[in-house]
Amino acid sequence: MKMKTLAQDNLHHRRRQAVSRLAYLLCALSAVIAMVPLILILAYVVFKGIGALNIDFLTRLPAPVGETGGGMGNAIIGSLMLIGIAAAFGLPLGVLAGVFLAEYRSPRLSWVVRLLSDILSGVPSIIVGVFVYTVLVLTMKRFSALAGGVALAVLMLPTVARTTEEMLRMVPDALREASLALGIPRWRTIVSIVIKTAGGGILTGIMLALARIAGETAPLLFTALSSRTWPRGLDQPVASLPVQIYTYAISPYKDWHQQAWAGSLVLVLMVLILSVGSKLYFGRKIKPAR
Amino acid sequence: MAGSITTNNLSASFGDIRAVEGISIEIPANKVTALIGPSGCGKSTFLRCLNRMHELVPGAHASGEVIWDGKNIYAPEMDATAVRRGIGMVFQKPNPFPLMSVADNVSAGLRLAGVRKNKAAMEEIIERSLRMAALWDEVKNKLGKPGGSLSGGQQQRLCIARALAVEPDVILMDEPCSALDPASTQKIEDTIEELKSDYTIVIVTHNMQQAARVSDFTGFLLTRESGEPGRLVEHGTTSKIFTMPDRKETENYITGRFG
Repeated sequence: MKMKTLAQDNLHHRRRQAVSRLAYLLCALSAVIAMVPLILILAYVVFKGIGALNIDFLTRLPAPVGETGGGMGNAIIGSLMLIGIAAAFGLPLGVLAGVFLAEYRSPRLSWVVRLLSDILSGVPSIIVGVFVYTVLVLTMKRFSALAGGVALAVLMLPTVARTTEEMLRMVPDALREASLALGIPRWRTIVSIVIKTAGGGILTGIMLALARIAGETAPLLFTALSSRTWPRGLDQPVASLPVQIYTYAISPYKDWHQQAWAGSLVLVLMVLILSVGSKLYFGRKIKPAR
Repeated sequence: MAGSITTNNLSASFGDIRAVEGISIEIPANKVTALIGPSGCGKSTFLRCLNRMHELVPGAHASGEVIWDGKNIYAPEMDATAVRRGIGMVFQKPNPFPLMSVADNVSAGLRLAGVRKNKAAMEEIIERSLRMAALWDEVKNKLGKPGGSLSGGQQQRLCIARALAVEPDVILMDEPCSALDPASTQKIEDTIEELKSDYTIVIVTHNMQQAARVSDFTGFLLTRESGEPGRLVEHGTTSKIFTMPDRKETENYITGRFG
């Protein structure tokens, strides 16, 4: 009787272990497969792009059609400029909207804002481009860096607002109460306790949003357009890496194809430096909340 | 001399649900007043009305008067932030600020309320507060370490030090030892004993032995039927409540017949 139970237990135990191993294997396999496209893309971009990547490429203007050499210096600066404009508009608005959603719980308005922001995040980026084209480009009667930056800002708004909200919500209420009970004003509690505690998470959200807009092409076609000169001001068209890559990639010239690959490599590296760099820099200052 | 608190017909609700009703009690200055009662009788809610923390819960509302230092803290011209600076609070679960060092936790109330002090004065306040909370000797060599790295009992005393640093008049304690081991509880009770010469203390506890040990006065709250709001059954000196209470319910509770 007892022996039988033991034998049964043993069988049971072995089956459980087999199922556990299988589940583990499936999870690990999926994780690896999910990484494969990323690694392939990175490897391929490096492989194709590294040949045309040199100092000239980083610092020179594009060469006229028919001439070899030249670079994407203006597009690199232009992309940084567009990201900067987008961040200047999108970050304060997005973060403050997230603070409103998480900290000032006004049920009706929050519901509307949340719904709209979810819809906005689902709007295809080309439509945002057409929208900004109508609002800014047509009224200013010119394509401009400003219009491009605003289009990108609109694209990053919902991501920044919602991640900020989510991160702030993860801060336990006990900390808000601890602060308020000390006679610390509400705004100060939000700034110095809640936002600071959620800082690492908010920053990650911001970086993801910036990385996403750095590669946007469609909305820029209607707004920032492109340019073969150095950026000449906020109200002038400006070159950007994604648009330049697109233009060069669909051209019939072989050396332009090469440059498009090099441009892709630079874009990928830019995003990488942005996210890894900020993680390293702020990671030391802001430790994630336990 | 610290201030006293008197409540007149204080009621508190969450949305449509009444949590406590019609509480009138005098909390004498420089004494320890314990609030006891079974779970859910509203003692914590009542406590949170005394420094206007109750209203922070969405939908929460309080009515009646809380007279502190001659003024009704619910009067329209009273600023909740100023009230909380004068009537500090220690919570059930230790809640030090996780990103701040031990020293910064203590000085947070002053710094973040915009009080400017030079470094030496601030250090003095930090040391004095930690000494009063009986924590100084244990943390004086790790003032720069994060507050969260201390043990549970130390964290709770850190929270007491943090509350003391803003120099309040009254300290409210909401079951401050319920998450702690007996040794830490002992230390906090000793601290309470020390503090009452300078502060008025109100402590909510579900531990009757603790109420008997630390308090001078005791109030007993009870919800008579489920769904009913909690009411103050009786209050008086701790020795009277624990030896010859006037009310049958009190006697039943303190003799352990329910709750």
